[in-house]
Amino acid sequence: MSRGLNWTRALADGDVGAVSPSVITADATLGDDTARLVAVVPDPKSPYHRARKGEVGLREGLSLAEAVTEAVTEDARLPDDRRRPIVAVVDVPSQAYGRIEELLGIHHALAVAVDAYASARTAGHPVITLIVGTALSGGFLAHGAQANQILALNDPGVMIHAMHKEAAAKVTLRTVDQLDELARRIPPLSYDVTDWAKLGLCDELLDVENAADPTGEDVRKAKDALTAAVGRARSGPRDLGNRLTSPGARQTRTASRRIREALAAQWK
Amino acid sequence: MQTLNYEFPADSLSGRRAHVGVVGSGDLEILMIPEPTGVARVRVRTSVDGFDTVWRTVLERFFARHGVAGSFELNDFGATPGVVTLRLRQAVEEGRA
Amino acid sequence: MTSTAIPEGTDWAALLARTSFIELSARARAAALLDDGTARELCGPFDRIESPWLEPQGVVPESDDGVVVVKGELGGRPAVVIAIEQAFQGGGIGEVSGVKIAATLSLAARDNRDGTPTVAVLLLETGGVRLQEANLGLATVAEVCSALLELRALQPVVGVIAGALGCFGGMSIAAGLCTRLIMTRESRLGLDGPQVIESEAGIAEFDASDHTLIWSVDGGTQRTGTALADALVLDDVTAVRSAVIDAVGHGVPGRHRSQRIDELRALLEAVDPADPPEPADLAAVWANAVPPRGDRR
Repeated sequence: MSRGLNWTRALADGDVGAVSPSVITADATLGDDTARLVAVVPDPKSPYHRARKGEVGLREGLSLAEAVTEAVTEDARLPDDRRRPIVAVVDVPSQAYGRIEELLGIHHALAVAVDAYASARTAGHPVITLIVGTALSGGFLAHGAQANQILALNDPGVMIHAMHKEAAAKVTLRTVDQLDELARRIPPLSYDVTDWAKLGLCDELLDVENAADPTGEDVRKAKDALTAAVGRARSGPRDLGNRLTSPGARQTRTASRRIREALAAQWK
Repeated sequence: MQTLNYEFPADSLSGRRAHVGVVGSGDLEILMIPEPTGVARVRVRTSVDGFDTVWRTVLERFFARHGVAGSFELNDFGATPGVVTLRLRQAVEEGRA
Repeated sequence: MTSTAIPEGTDWAALLARTSFIELSARARAAALLDDGTARELCGPFDRIESPWLEPQGVVPESDDGVVVVKGELGGRPAVVIAIEQAFQGGGIGEVSGVKIAATLSLAARDNRDGTPTVAVLLLETGGVRLQEANLGLATVAEVCSALLELRALQPVVGVIAGALGCFGGMSIAAGLCTRLIMTRESRLGLDGPQVIESEAGIAEFDASDHTLIWSVDGGTQRTGTALADALVLDDVTAVRSAVIDAVGHGVPGRHRSQRIDELRALLEAVDPADPPEPADLAAVWANAVPPRGDRR
């Protein structure tokens, strides 16, 4: 079962295509637009044995970049406010942790994906992220984090974080219980999507009936939310500046806002 | 982590503010601002709990010798008394330079 | 910590006369790169913009949150150096340190649009996202990447990785986006560090105690040999500064490394994941798949 696959199929107008076995694309009507959906899905037969469960590995970084850049190239002649929306449907357990990945420079493959998404955004494509499952660490940086707008399902199966809990506890020399206790007081540490949504990074949290396998009503709701997000992206900034001006950021990211203002004041 | 506050009599004035060190293993950073107040006000934030008396002794000894008046902020990541004294001396010297 | 023997042909005079770059603090490293008398630090320790998240967790903060921003001139041109202090929290990127980097890059881009051609140098000694600030660290790394790309289109953004701590995690992606990347033989670059891989995938996947293996995969010699970095320099202040000035002199390329998607495809297709080459043979395999460019070294 892959949430990324289920949601991509449910949102798609027609068939789901594949750039590679683990990176799928489809078209979806959102209002007056036909958006390009992109998702990373498990490929149990991947020759990269550390990238079989939907992780973003070498091939996924490359394929994401190819999928996004294809849409950008095709729309290059259109006025930049008519370029098609690109929707990252996100359910990635992490990046691929492996030796061949490091040998062949997985950081570079992810940089290529990041570059492609950011370039699409600055070229005027509304880049919208819909988090339907896990969005962890480098996997999320390469697939989702460069979007103008980020939406997430309000569901316990949705988790956005820098590292999964057991590993994070180990690295910070804490127990999982201690980490849970801290996360109740310190919002950026929390694994709960409603806490994440308070950091100013979330443009809408969607309540759905079945987050794992969406109902018709869930799909209608998600499409409405995506369509609204496309409108906001087109009228908003093309950099990530809105993440610091959102209501959540005004509450939670006061330090970010302070350092930005201080740097600008001292710059000249 | 523990926050400790101390005050010591101090009458000499160092020239200007100074910053030394980093909050790295076995080290500390010091932010010193000279003030003509007749006291050295010291705030220590340390990663290692339970060394209040050691801190008092080290700081007392330092300010008895170099009675620099002003505010001292110490952000400590497990520095030994020797390193603490060295960094304090560096801060005072840099303030005079 | 160097894992390899001193190679033949080592210039001993240069080695003994050098002033180590990596042994300097981040602040001193930033100043050492800029032209004499031009360095001016922004948002320094006395501005006291600390991480708001560390003290409530019982972690002692640093007054600059571990990132030092210094404006000045580099070889006579306007420049800003952003240096990460590896001694503080392993160079981990949190909310304040991340935004410091991103905002600096954006301000440099604004300067360029306003007619001042400002270049940026990133000193990337970092383990990646600071886990004590988890989701905000992750968010700011995305913001760093975005701002880096904004500036990179206008002026060079040169990355330097000098030390054995290396550049890992999300910030390795930022390294991959740099216009040019300079490394020392002692330095490392990778997405996931050996310990993380060993703990996630087991010792058979990656033995984190095997230093020869680690540097053969992540080390500066390997990364420059396989064109994932551009210049290999001695850990020496003068050598690093010359390499940075040289990198800036190359200007903005027509296509950046991270835009060469076709080349990445060719590189991946040249390797059979079931039977990968030894690290030492990878450079030759890849040079065959993607012939080296004229200006590469």
